Order: sequence, then C-alpha cells, then structure tokens
Amino acid sequence: MGHEEAHFVDLGGPRPLGGPADVPGGRGAVMKARSALVNVALWLAVVFALFPLLWMLSVSFMQPGAASSYPPPVLPADATFANYRQLFAQAGMGRYALNSLAIAVGMTLASVLFNVMAGYAFAKLRFAGREAIFTALLAALVIPGQVAMLPLFLMLKQMGLVNTWAGVILPGMAGVFGIFLVRQYARSIPDDLLEAARIDGAGELRIFFLVVLPLLRPILVTLAMFAFLGSWNDFMWPLIVLTDSALHTLPVALASLSREHVQDSELMMAGAVVTILPVLLLFLGLQRHYLQGLTSGAVK
Amino acid sequence: MSTFGRPGGTDMTRRLAAWIFVAPALAVIGLFFVVPVAMGFALSFTDFDLYALADLANLRFAGLANYVQVLTLPLFWKSLGNTLYFVLVGVPLSISLSLGCAVLLQSPLARFKPFVRTALFAPVVTTLVAVAVIWRYLFHVRYGLLNEWLGAFGIAPIDWLGDPHWAMPSIILFSAWKGFGANMIIFIAALQAIPADLYEAARIDGASRWQQFRHVTVPMLGPTLFLVSVLTMAGYFQLFAEPYVMTQGGPLESTVSVLYLMYEEGFRWWNLGRASAVAFLLFVLMIVATRGLLHFARRTEEAPR
Repeated sequence: MGHEEAHFVDLGGPRPLGGPADVPGGRGAVMKARSALVNVALWLAVVFALFPLLWMLSVSFMQPGAASSYPPPVLPADATFANYRQLFAQAGMGRYALNSLAIAVGMTLASVLFNVMAGYAFAKLRFAGREAIFTALLAALVIPGQVAMLPLFLMLKQMGLVNTWAGVILPGMAGVFGIFLVRQYARSIPDDLLEAARIDGAGELRIFFLVVLPLLRPILVTLAMFAFLGSWNDFMWPLIVLTDSALHTLPVALASLSREHVQDSELMMAGAVVTILPVLLLFLGLQRHYLQGLTSGAVK
Repeated sequence: MSTFGRPGGTDMTRRLAAWIFVAPALAVIGLFFVVPVAMGFALSFTDFDLYALADLANLRFAGLANYVQVLTLPLFWKSLGNTLYFVLVGVPLSISLSLGCAVLLQSPLARFKPFVRTALFAPVVTTLVAVAVIWRYLFHVRYGLLNEWLGAFGIAPIDWLGDPHWAMPSIILFSAWKGFGANMIIFIAALQAIPADLYEAARIDGASRWQQFRHVTVPMLGPTLFLVSVLTMAGYFQLFAEPYVMTQGGPLESTVSVLYLMYEEGFRWWNLGRASAVAFLLFVLMIVATRGLLHFARRTEEAPR
C-alpha cells in the first residue's frame, strides 16, 4: 500500500506539520522516547478502531452458542461456516443483500446523473435566478431531513409508493451536498473549451456528455461512492418506507433479526460481516476518491 | 464568463439547456424535500392521527395544541435532556479524539501513516446498524469483552446498556468510535495547510510544543474547527439508530432521543401531527445551538490571545 502515500489526502500544501519535527540539540534518546510515544498512541488508536471489526469476524466463525460462554472466547475454537449458512439458507440474507444492492445501485446512478447535471449548470451555464436558487439550496442544508420524513411518508402513500424500492430511492435522487461538490469542481473547466465546442456546432447535451463528463470523472467517482455508501448504510428511511419484510435492506433486516435473536451472537456477527464487508472493500479499493471528496467538501 | 450575454438564438438554447440540466435535481429536491418540509410545518398544527390516515375528513386544525401537548409531556423533556447529554459530552469527545489523532498522524515521527489513517477511518464507512450490533455484544454484561478486561483490573462487571446511568455513556463511546475518523481526515487536510514558517517563528521565540499547539495550531484551525463542530453537532442531534438497535430507548427511557420520540409518536402510534411538532422543536433547537456556537466562535476570535 506504500504507493498510496504520495497522493493520499495530500492537498499540495507545505509538508505536514502537526507538531514540529526537530528537537533542539538533536538528543537521540529524547527523540526516541518521543517517537515511541507518538507511535504507541497511534497504535492504541488503531486497536480501538479495528478491534471491534476483527472481533466481529472472529465470532462470526464460532460454533453457535460458543460466544455465550464465560470467559468470552477471542478466537473460534472450532471454526465453522454454520452461521453464514444459516443466514443465507434460513434468514434470507441473500435476498436482503440483493435488495440493498438494487436500491444502492439505483440511487447511485440517478443521483450522480442529476447532481452532475445540476452542478455543472450552476457552475458553467448562465440562467435567470442562478445565484438565488443556489443560495436557497445551500440555506436548505440547515434543515434536518427528518423534518420532511412524516409528510413525505404520507405523500408516498398517496402516490402508492410506500413499500416499494422507488419510495426509498426517489427522495435521494438529488442532494444539495452533491450539487455543491460538483459545482466546486466544475468551475475549473475552462470556458474556452466549451466555447470551442459550441463554435464547432456541438449542442449543449453533446457538450455535456462528450466534453464535460470526461473532465468531471474524478468527482463522479467520489460522488458515486458517497451515494452508494449512503444508500447501503441508510437505516431510518428504508425502515419507514419498507413495511414488507421481503423488501427489506440489510440494515433493516439486521435490526429486526437482532431483536428476534438476542442470544445468537455468532449469527448476528455473521450478519454484520455480510452487511459491512461490501462497503468496507469498496472503500479500501477507492479510498483516495472518497477521502478527497470529504476534504474538498469541508476545506476550501 | 465573457462568452455570455451575446444576443441571438444560441443564447436562448443555452438558457433552455441550463434549465433542462437543473430541472431534474430541483424537481427532486422541491417535491421530496421542500414541499414535505412545508407540509410538515402545516401538519404540526393539525390533529393528524390514525383516523385521519384512514380518512382525511377526520383531519382538524388544532392550533398550538400539539406543541402544548409535547411541551407538557415529561418524556419530551426526558428525551431532550438525553439528547443534550449526548451532544454536550459526545461532540467534544469525538472532536478531541479526531484532532488528537490528526495531530499525531501529522507528526514526522509517526510511522506506517497510510495504514494507520485507513484503519482509523474504517469505522466511518461501516453500516451503523451492523456495528451497533457488535458493540451491543462488546457491552454485554456477562459475555462482553469490555467487562472481561475491566475484570482483569478488579473492576466489577457493569451492565453497560442495562443500567440507566451507563446506557448513554456507552452510546457516546460507541458513537465516538464510529465517527472520529471522518473529522480526523478533515483536520489532517487543514493541518497540512498551516504554513511551516509559523511553527519556525514560534520555535525561535522559544515556544514549547504545547504552546505551539495552543497558539499556532488551534488558531489556524479555527474556521475548520468551527465547521467541524457545526456539522458534528447537527449529526449528533439526530441520534436515532443507536438507541433503536442497542437499547430500544431504555433502560428507564434513559436513551430515548428527540428523534426516537418522533419516530415512536409518528410511525408507531401514528400521531403524525404531534410527531411533526416534535420534529420542528428539534429543528428550532438545532438552529439555536448552531447560533450559539457561531456566537461563541466570534467571541473567541475577538478575545485577545
């Protein structure tokens, strides 16, 4: 993973300096002690962050009932796939995983397209009320989404969309944060480039798909990751909209499973692994894009 | 910019194109966010309940009755107290953890930085419900590893999620674990943007490490610190899934949050009017808290150092 270092959350500023480096006089022992202190503290933090996840993995392979013994075992004495088998064969985990996947993919495709179109227009195309609308959108960021949940539920019920995937996906198909992110990025597209395409006789749609989209590729990946992880991990809205358990997503299914199977720790840990692993792997594969999006959203 | 404002047909089509580009996103946000927010506000002044859900003819204007009912409901004040407890302890804890790890990671002495950074960030991308299930087990009074470790130091088992005094601190610890990596990444980016010569100058003036942190790092991080505080606080006010999965609001309603109350009122008892009033009270509370933070940030900025 060494090659990641170079472009990893490096925004191109001067070299990192949280606490300054040199020690007056360069006394080796002090330096060593300091280095040990810093690294021990960081490793403690790493253990704190990773231990629950590693333990989840370990318990998920224990024999049913093994984790509920005293003292609690750390590693499986007799590793087994029984919990995973039970999850997929009896608890319908495969179906929930597919539900989650379908909803997350649908939400990702739609929201990336809509947010990119809008973000590009707010950055590069002029139209009446552009600034006013954009300011209003930013102002709407202070309103917590839960304020809209109850009436939204009633609206979707009226439209016959309660208990459908569409009901989960529709409200998430565009978002102010996504539009903002794209707008920031799209502003760096040179006007001359767009103008040249126009002089060549290209229509606005053609310019968008053939010139703008390729230039926006990095932010598309970031946006897609945010959308996918957001949808995959979302709990409250799918819990409200999807009343039929056959349509449940993984988090909703896991929550209701954990209420039924309070004692079956091994089974629940296997369920947690199935839920977390896809997003964790996705993040590990594309973390550069994700982290850059996170910082560019917060630091100007 | 210079290319705009030319008369003629191309300008017209360009404007039309712009509207076509923003229309889908604005339609989604308008229809599924702005309209429901306005409706929710109206709803909070009606007696919308299970009967109105069955037949809208049963719907009546209720004036401020919902707000009066909610404000005289002991459970609302309890949930408000719980939420404030969660925010006031959880936000500073989470932010200090983020800042501490960011500063350590920025130290030239730190080793294996990419791995450490990724490891510390990993909990952020995990699914909240799933990791809440893990932590519920870690916190288990008999089979949880936390009590097992504490036992090694001679500390008697604590019923983390079953004791009204410990349930909220447990949820706070869990939330800090889940979220600190996100702010850490933002702090790292901000730390990298601090000019190195500021530290150089401070060092020449004989400032100690702590003084450099206090008088260079913290002031230079000011705007980021403020932004991170606002965002984290907004997130913490929306506490819901943690108690839903880990404690179901218990024990003795010690982990019922305002949003949990809204969910119970709205989607369990179908008192949508009253639940809307709860939602708007939470909104007002968040605005007030953000204003307060802004006020505090301005005061510290003006205060002489």
